[in-house]
Amino acid sequence: MITATHYLILSLMMFSLGLIGVMVRRNFITVLMSLELIFNAVNLNLIAFSFRLGDLSGQILAIFVITVAAAEAAIGLGLIIALTRIKDTVILDDANEMRS
Amino acid sequence: MDFLVSHFAEILFYILAALAVLGSIGVITLKNPVHAALSLLGTFFIVAVLFILQHAEFLAAVQVMVYAGGIMVLFLFVIMLVSARGLTTQAAFLSPLVPVAVIGAILVGALIASAVLLGVFATGNAGPEALQTVDGEVLGNTEAVGMVLYTKYLVPFEVVSVVLLVAMIGAIVFGRKDRFIEEHEGEVGS
Repeated sequence: MITATHYLILSLMMFSLGLIGVMVRRNFITVLMSLELIFNAVNLNLIAFSFRLGDLSGQILAIFVITVAAAEAAIGLGLIIALTRIKDTVILDDANEMRS
Repeated sequence: MDFLVSHFAEILFYILAALAVLGSIGVITLKNPVHAALSLLGTFFIVAVLFILQHAEFLAAVQVMVYAGGIMVLFLFVIMLVSARGLTTQAAFLSPLVPVAVIGAILVGALIASAVLLGVFATGNAGPEALQTVDGEVLGNTEAVGMVLYTKYLVPFEVVSVVLLVAMIGAIVFGRKDRFIEEHEGEVGS
């Protein structure tokens, strides 16, 4: 019997891996991909609770999360384009104009 | 054979879960961004299958169309566009990699241990009928989601469309050629 706990643990592992990716990677594109991984983990969590409780609100919230993820991807990739245009790099450590 | 048939859902879940975790590890460890993106694509598909296993068929379709069809194409497009300028894939990780990894591993282990020990949600699931019912009639997941989305959650739906509009305008503003940057080129770059 696969219960919600199994899905929550899988979601937890995906979330943690995404979080580690955001913290550790220097490539801006890979950081954004790790962020998508985090969104996916959250969606899995929401769907697990939706199935567990028999409530559709979790699925609706997952739709909103997907929408916001799409918006975030568009903005983030626009930022990458702008960064490459100004600095010719996608390494986050090189974007240090604000550092005195 | 009997074991395989009677435990089909469990075996399927564990295989899919292992593949999803492997895909996630691939995303954060592969140095080539294209390989990482393909790993992420596989993870998206596996998550879609997991949605189907939990009777969220509409969400699975949305996942494949929006993530695999839209966001991944955007990612690959930008990767191609950016690496065409001769960027290297070296220096992929921050230098203090070990402490962050240790902290992350401890975090993951503690959370998994607590989830397993507590077993809060170890009881059974509600049936799939609750996710497919419209006005007391069992129709299907898509109809049920549409009914709830356009009645109970109509205002959030409209708000999130404004979010998409703002994101679209923002992406256009970021992406277009900036006259200020062109005039001051060489002053900003290192």
